[in-house]
This record gives sequence, C-alpha cells and structure tokens, in this order.
Amino acid sequence: MNLHEYQGKFLFAQYNLPVSKGKVIFNASDAEDACNEIGGSKWVVKAQVHAGGRGKAGGVELIDSAELATKFAEKWLGKRLVTYQTDENGQLVNSILIEECTDISKELYLSAVIDRDSQKIVFIGSSEGGVNIEDVAKNSPEKIIYQGIDLDNLNNQEDAISIAKVLRLDDVQTKQFIPMIENLLRLFVEKDLCLLEINPLVINKNGDLHCLDAKINIDSNALYRQPDLQEMYDETQEDPQEAEAAKSDLSYVSLDGNIGCMVNGAGLAMGTMDTIKFFGGNPANFLDVGGTATQERVTKAFKIILKDPEVKVVLVNIFGGIVRCDLIAEGVVAAIKEVDIKIPVVVRLEGNNADLGANILSEANISIHSINDLEEAANKAVELAK
Amino acid sequence: MSILVNKETRLLVQGFTGSQGTLHSEQSIEYGTNIVGGVTPGKGGQTHLNRPVFNTVQDAIKEEEPNASIIFVPAKFCKDSILESAEAGIKLIVCITEGVPTIDMLEVKKRVDALGVRLIGPNCPGVITPGEAKLGIMPGNIHKPGSIGIISRSGTLTYEAVKQTTDLGFGQSSCVGIGGDPIPGSSFIDMLKLFEDDDQTKAIVMVGEIGGNAEESAAEFIQSNVTKPVISYIAGQTAPAGKRMGHAGAIIAGGKGTAEDKIKKLRESGVHIADNLVSIGSKVSEILKS
Repeated sequence: MNLHEYQGKFLFAQYNLPVSKGKVIFNASDAEDACNEIGGSKWVVKAQVHAGGRGKAGGVELIDSAELATKFAEKWLGKRLVTYQTDENGQLVNSILIEECTDISKELYLSAVIDRDSQKIVFIGSSEGGVNIEDVAKNSPEKIIYQGIDLDNLNNQEDAISIAKVLRLDDVQTKQFIPMIENLLRLFVEKDLCLLEINPLVINKNGDLHCLDAKINIDSNALYRQPDLQEMYDETQEDPQEAEAAKSDLSYVSLDGNIGCMVNGAGLAMGTMDTIKFFGGNPANFLDVGGTATQERVTKAFKIILKDPEVKVVLVNIFGGIVRCDLIAEGVVAAIKEVDIKIPVVVRLEGNNADLGANILSEANISIHSINDLEEAANKAVELAK
Repeated sequence: MSILVNKETRLLVQGFTGSQGTLHSEQSIEYGTNIVGGVTPGKGGQTHLNRPVFNTVQDAIKEEEPNASIIFVPAKFCKDSILESAEAGIKLIVCITEGVPTIDMLEVKKRVDALGVRLIGPNCPGVITPGEAKLGIMPGNIHKPGSIGIISRSGTLTYEAVKQTTDLGFGQSSCVGIGGDPIPGSSFIDMLKLFEDDDQTKAIVMVGEIGGNAEESAAEFIQSNVTKPVISYIAGQTAPAGKRMGHAGAIIAGGKGTAEDKIKKLRESGVHIADNLVSIGSKVSEILKS
C-alpha cells in the first residue's frame, strides 16, 4: 500500500527526521489560512497523488502569495494529474500539501528497500538526487552505494558512514546523517515498510540535511498490525475495479485486452493470461479467485470482470486441487445464472472430479463452452473474442 | 530416493485442530503420510484425528519424536510457530500460510539459517514425494512416483506441471512449492542442489514467475552445477510492470524481474524453456527422449 507524500512526512516527523513545516488541505478555501499558519512569504504547493513526476506535469509550484495557493488548489482539487508514471487518465488530486520554501544547495538521493537477493534491508544512496535513480544506476553506477543492514545491529554507525561518504557529506552533515539512518531504519522495521524513498534528500543553504520528498510503500501483509497506517489508505488512487476486488479479497489487475480471465491461484492466473496471448488473443485482466472458488466468490469475480466493457468472452480456468470440480461447477453455473451473463463463457476444469464437473456444466442449460483441455479452451476463447 | 520427505518422515502439524489444519491433515493421512501428532496451544492432552495434541512443539518432540513439521497457523502467528519449531530442534519446517509480513521473514530466515533448519514456504503448497508422504495442500491423486523433480513458486502452476508429467508417464521424484513470497525459506538453488544429488531424479522442472531474480540466480547455478536437464516455464509474460500479480513477490519493479529477462538468462544457461503453460510436459518428453 502506498502513502501520499504528506502522510509519509507525517511519519518522518514522528521519527525525528527533518521535514519542512507544512499543512495539507482538502478544500481550496483553506489554502490561505494554511499559508498564514506556516508563515513566511514563499511556499511550495504540491498536488498529492500516488505517482512521481508531478513537478514536470505541473503538479508542483513555487508561489509567493497566499492567493496563488488558493488558485493552485482551485485548479487541481478534484482534477486528475497525468504524469509519466500514471496512465493516460492520471490520478485524482484530492489533497494539496503546502510547505515552507527550502533553499537548496545540493540534491541527494536516499532510499531503503527489502533486497530479495541478500535478504536484508538495503539502503541505496547517491550523490545525484532529484533525478530518476535508474538512470544514475545505468549511466554512472560509481555514484551509487547499496548498503545492506544487519537487523541484529541497528545502531551500526559504520554503515551510515559508508553511505555518507558516497553522498559526499562533510563532518557536520555526517553527524546529522548517522541518527537519520538509525531513525529511518526504526521507521522501516516498526512500520513494516517495503520501500522508503527520499528523492531528493537535500542540503539546504545552512548546510543541513533535509527531506524534501517522502515516498513510502507498506507491506500489505502487515497492515493488521498497523492500524494507523491502514487509515491512511486512499481508495481514490487505485483502479476502481481493483479496489472493489480487493474489498472482496480477490486479487484483480485490469489489462487492455478483451478476454476476461477467472483463475484459481496467482501463478496459474498469470499462466492463463500468457496462454491466451500465446494463441493470439489478449487478456482483459488478471484475477485470482482463490483456492476455494466458492459460488459467492465466483459470482463476485464475474461481476468485477463484466464491469470492463471491453470484455467479449470470459475464460474460467480452475485446477481443482482439494476442492472438487463438481462443487466448483455447481458454483459456476449458479453464478452465471445469478449474474445473468450475456457473453460466452469458456470453462476449463481440471483436477479432482473434473469429469463430473464437466457433466454439470454441459447439462446446465446455459451457454457454457466446457472444455477440459487448456490449449483448446484458450483457443476457443480467442476465437470467440474476435 | 527422493528429496526432503519420504516414508521415514514423522510429521507434526502446527495449527492441527483449526479448520485448515484439520482438512489437510485428513487428506495427508489418507495419502499415507505418517502424522504423529499436532500442536495447538491450550489443547494439549486432547486427541484429534486419532492423534495426540500437544501444547508445544517441545512436548511433542519428547513424546513422538517428529522430524518435520507443517504449519497452518494464521499469518500473524507464523513467525513464532516457525521459530518455536526451529529452536526445539525440528530440521524440516513447511509453512503453508499466506500473508506473513516480510519483516518477520527477514528475522525468521536469518534464525533458521543459523540453526541449520530447512524451511519451505511460507505461502506455498508444500512438499510431496509421490506414494510416500504428502506435506501440503496439493491434490495427491494427480501425482505418480517417477523421475521428474518439480520446483515452483506457485501452487496451481505446480499442479499443471505435475498433471502433465503424470499424463505422459514420467511421474515425479518429489515436488516442492517454494512459495510466492519475496523472502522464501528455501530458494530454487537449494532445491536444485537436492535434486541434482538425488538418484531417482532424471530431469528437473522449474516453474518460475515475474519478480525478483531467483530465476536468474538459479540459471547461473544451473550452468555450473547441474548436470541433469532442467526444463523451465516462467509465468507472467503478459503481466504489466509495477503491479503485484497476486503473490507478494510477483511484481516487476523498476524494470527488473520481467519474464523476458528471466527466460533469456535461463536459455543462455542451457535451460530448456517451455514457451507456454500447456507444453511443459511435452518439453520434458522432447528432452528426455532426445
């Protein structure tokens, strides 16, 4: 789960990390008060969306009057911001972060991720900040450090000093940096993060380190023990169908094609999409209906798939493991009747009692193409989608 | 031979009396697995499925001498359950549960490695040696004792590979689902080593998917350490970048972990690629008969 910048900075502040004085607003009418409360004569206004590249897209501005803050908020609130990281519809802006202005003398990069290879939390630091780190990695890899952290030794200053060297920090900044790394690590572990990125981490005109941005991704599997973070979930930043599927505990990702897919198991769901493509079709979605594939879940899955107007045919691919295929077939038939599906449905059942399942499907008196062989089933779906 | 589990396996079930634990223990017993008992804190002294229930793994070890455990407890208790078992001296732990926080796994992985314990999973279908022992949730009836070793990050995809190799008459030596999480207890490489050393295994099927670079690391390992033919299928060729495809670990992040890169690397390392899901079995057939 992603957080907004203002939510990330709220966490940063809790962990004594240096962030700008700021205020988030949800109504344009609050902009002026926010500026006054922050004080000063220059502010940065930033549209809050779960995507990078906001500056280039016009979602970040430097302003020198409170009226301009109001204007910016009026311009963006309720609109969609399109950046190079979003799709063509962009992301809805429903909040604006107003911050005091920071005079920047240098931009750096710092992030932390869980590295699957070394099975450690790894900090990534670079003296090149404010830019796409993948480009730096490609063009000047010598400017990047990857520092793995030993979880049994969170107060290891040497790691911080190694990173500080690559960031070319002076002695004073290094002294600020050591507790900063310690606090970021505590935040990472205590809040169950998957990713934490500060781009840029800046050195301001006074020579102090300062976090100018905050990108945070939280491990969804750990939300049960992070109730305060769970409350930060912003459904408007998600694809509406994906958000609705998530509510029913179904894993769904929408794609561009016209063959709807309902599959049990994430791996098989990906494999089914690939198979459709292999035989010349285009999958409309990824959907893992889960191991049990009960009537209730199948019904919900059909409803979600059919919300996509592009879908011309649905391919159901279930490998009945522990669950018997005849029970699944009954669920599928009942779901198709309940949802009143008008487009063709191809069902492939394999595994326990697959024959009984196929019989139930063919006797159901509804238009189902029951095909036991996956290759044939995929080909049928491709043909029907044309 | 086979790997990890066989007739000698004495299995302890953690989360024995819960609904998942009960359902799958029944199926495993029916398959012929020697389940010697289970653990459910607070229910020690009871009998479940005609087997003793213990409060702790320690108690179970004293009475029944299990040499493997399988875990069905909810995700939030998995860390403690795995560590309890590992510290009590169980050397093979299979964790079926999905949804274990990654931070927990960082700690668990370090600990089990230090203790010399082999952990399979979490978020996996388990391990089976056909005809001998089933430690997991896979349908037993699609398996058949034979010569193919199967390793996979996905449950239902493993079943596809199993079904295809059974239908073609090859059967399986053992099948291991290593799980779909970012920090799995065991890697492809760990299992490749075991299959390479196993006489019964004539060829290895490795089913991978997008995300991370476990397949790339495995490719490097295979090139210099595996003499047996390896056939691989990689799922997620049509998956969009930046989206988690069901499994916590199945995500293309920062342009890395694509199916294309994995397939390229595997091919370069001499691995035979099944270019689609339905041709895993026929690819095995082609390689073994050539």
